[in-house]
Amino acid sequence: MFPASRYSCQARRCVRLLQKIKTEHATPQLYTTLHRRACSTVSTPRITTHYTIHPRDKDPRWEGVEMERFADEADVVIVGGGPAGLAAAIRLKQLANKHEKELRVCVVEKAPQIGAHTLSGACLEPSALTELIPDWKERGAPLNTPVTEDVFSILTEKYRIPVPMMPGLPMQNHGNYIVRMGNLVRWLGEQAEEVGVELYPGYAAAEVLFHEDGSVKGIATNDVGIAKDGSPKDIFERGMELHAKVTLFGEGCHGHLAKQLYKKFNLRENCEPQTYAIGLKELWMIDEKKWRPGRVEHSVGWPLDRNTYGGSFLYHLNEGEPLVALGFVVGLDYTNPYLSPFREFQRWKHHPFVAPTLEGGQRIAYGARALNEGGFQSIPKLTFPGGLLIGCSPGFMNVPKIKGTHTAMKSGMLAAEAIFPKLTAETLDSETAGLHVPEYAENLKNSWVWKELYAVRNIRPSFHNYFGLYGGMIYTGIFYWIFRGKEPWTLKHCGTDANQLKPAKECTPIEYPKPDGKISFDLLSSVALSGTNHEGDQPPHLTLKDDSIPVARNLGIYDGPEQRFCPAGVYEYVPLDTGDGMRLQINAQNCVHCKTCDIKDPSQNINWVVPEGGGGPAYNGM
Amino acid sequence: MSGRVLVGVKRVIDYAVKIRVKPDNTGVVTDGVKHSMNPFCEIAVEEAVKLKEKKLIKEVVAVSCGPQQSQETIRTALAMGADRGIHVDVSGKDYENLGPLQVSKILAALAKQEDAQLILLGKQAIDDDCNQTGQMTAALLDWPQGTFASEVSLEGDKINLVREIDGGLEHIKINTPAVITADLRLNTPRYATLPNIMDSLMNNETELHKPNHRTSLCVGLIPLFETVAPEDMQGGTDRSGAMLRHTVLQSGLGLHTRSLVVFSIGIGKNKTKLGTV
Repeated sequence: MFPASRYSCQARRCVRLLQKIKTEHATPQLYTTLHRRACSTVSTPRITTHYTIHPRDKDPRWEGVEMERFADEADVVIVGGGPAGLAAAIRLKQLANKHEKELRVCVVEKAPQIGAHTLSGACLEPSALTELIPDWKERGAPLNTPVTEDVFSILTEKYRIPVPMMPGLPMQNHGNYIVRMGNLVRWLGEQAEEVGVELYPGYAAAEVLFHEDGSVKGIATNDVGIAKDGSPKDIFERGMELHAKVTLFGEGCHGHLAKQLYKKFNLRENCEPQTYAIGLKELWMIDEKKWRPGRVEHSVGWPLDRNTYGGSFLYHLNEGEPLVALGFVVGLDYTNPYLSPFREFQRWKHHPFVAPTLEGGQRIAYGARALNEGGFQSIPKLTFPGGLLIGCSPGFMNVPKIKGTHTAMKSGMLAAEAIFPKLTAETLDSETAGLHVPEYAENLKNSWVWKELYAVRNIRPSFHNYFGLYGGMIYTGIFYWIFRGKEPWTLKHCGTDANQLKPAKECTPIEYPKPDGKISFDLLSSVALSGTNHEGDQPPHLTLKDDSIPVARNLGIYDGPEQRFCPAGVYEYVPLDTGDGMRLQINAQNCVHCKTCDIKDPSQNINWVVPEGGGGPAYNGM
Repeated sequence: MSGRVLVGVKRVIDYAVKIRVKPDNTGVVTDGVKHSMNPFCEIAVEEAVKLKEKKLIKEVVAVSCGPQQSQETIRTALAMGADRGIHVDVSGKDYENLGPLQVSKILAALAKQEDAQLILLGKQAIDDDCNQTGQMTAALLDWPQGTFASEVSLEGDKINLVREIDGGLEHIKINTPAVITADLRLNTPRYATLPNIMDSLMNNETELHKPNHRTSLCVGLIPLFETVAPEDMQGGTDRSGAMLRHTVLQSGLGLHTRSLVVFSIGIGKNKTKLGTV
């Protein structure tokens, strides 16, 4: 029986002494390195100079600068000239011309020309296009490649397991067309101009305007002529205000104005958070002997592990030259911060099933964009006073089919059909100054879009199990192929993508092979191929809410995942000029507007805002 | 003095886009590629608009030679402050053969037609880097020229110019009417903002001209160049000037002007400088 109190008292004193010694001698180095690493906050160089973070009304450099904006009135303003926005515009003008009503429809688009920021696989289901423009073939729509062969594989490091493509499986592509989406969007733009839509490419919608009663009044385009440090240049000019009775927001996946609207109108309170994936794509001119026009190849498996959602596509186009569109999609709910979607893509191209197609070929284009994977569970409230959300912005992508264009276009058309009677009614039937059109959501619920998304709602969440990919495929086989998605339960997602990253010390770095320059390439030469450029002397449009968090948190805990997930090399951690420690360098000119950083930043500190219009990638038929 | 300025604007492939050679090696891919106004032409337009704002000239007319899409370039110039636009419609095969000589002939004819006091051009285009149009236009009109201008000021009916030359800066004084080509440091071009673009779209201020024998713009669009792929040339053969002259005359390119052209073909180490044709 020990004299407990005496022994433990002594022991406690010893331990306390030891602890004191430890903290004073053994760990001071470790402590100060961590401290210094975290403490480069004390002298963090200023990174963010954008006026959304540092308001101009308190900035002395902006005193006396004319901030009045020129304003114009339209009936409908559509933000975003992609498939959804253009389908809505065309449908509105078709209805207006049919009923002989005057309707001013304006589309603002940040790309310098319509189609320049469009990137998609793509295998298009022509259902929505046929509903919009039934004679699209006669009008020369660029749907030149009907799908002839459909191949699905599970890849291992050296081998390939073929999976039979049975009718009824979501990946089956009979009746669809392989398209170069940028060319299709350009053609839609031409059709829109023919029916009288006003298209304004090169002008980005930077701000949502509100009436006094809180409803949406319209948008304002970006200001131009602000220097990199946030001060006004001689050529500074305010953006223009476009007022409308109703504004449609079709910014595509994770739009920055939609992000503001979700907060303002609480549109996401009754739905799951949206989950995303990043898609990287290249166009290759291959050897004619290897070219099989109309062939569609999809794969899952290698190089991703079974718990990381993703896969590849390779489509042989038939537009007169031996062109293939290939790419890789990685779900952004991946957990390993050392994963680099770009390098997984480059690695995949070396697989023995893929490399032979590319040997002797030449890469002619590269690009990347985030896409929605939330499906049915993540659809927010779609209407609010003065506006509606259309297309991939709320997110109508059919994930197992990897098609979202047909649903996006249909949502645009439904929006137009819901708005039109309200716009042209004799009396303005609205409580708010901006029109509220809840009929749009009703129409959508009654359409094939809703039924399609409901049937596939459980496929993506079914991947969140121990067997990962294989569990998901079994689930799809049983509940989709046999039971057509009629099971009574709805599976949930895991939460936001940003919260899925594990700290770096719990994960192992991935050894990626070096690019060989013939089939796989390095990041910077790929970025050059995207043709992206921005006016250099403007505030970086990748704004940080807090400049000190990247080094303190992102680098400290997660080893800087943004330097790996950005497909354009925008984020770099470079050593400080003086002393120890690192700082974040943002190469905003490289940005390809994919929005992955805004989605995946574990601290949700990065806020992507729109740069000066006309900047960004210069995709040609991607 | 009519106070009218002609500004030439050219639609070129955007400077940030990666160029790709066509599979048949006859040129570069332009279909669907992002185009924009030549940066030096933007500087020229800005200078013209500045002169108008200082009330030293009365009217700015933007001219572009090219296919239908050149109208977008003219519209940008109108949005920057030009008053009128003239689109000289040249498309298809004619457009491929359009070079500085033809453009300068068109500009000279237009200058006489519009009674222009000043022609402002960019010093060169970023797609062909010829640096010839301004000089040729001045010679055809027999007007003084101020090229590589980095400062322009009007003094009565004379122009004070600062030129950027190899040796530094040269100050000259020339009479009007004259041709000036803009260099990089002349000014910083303003943005073409949306209200101005909307205005220029509404007010269709662009005239269309088609150069043929019926109009005063009678310009012969004869092909002066033929593009040959390097593989067609055998390495190691004699590449003397005489041989080249012979080949050119044989192919019937029919050179109508006595032009001083110096060829220099490099095939690996065999970089031969071949005299004049």
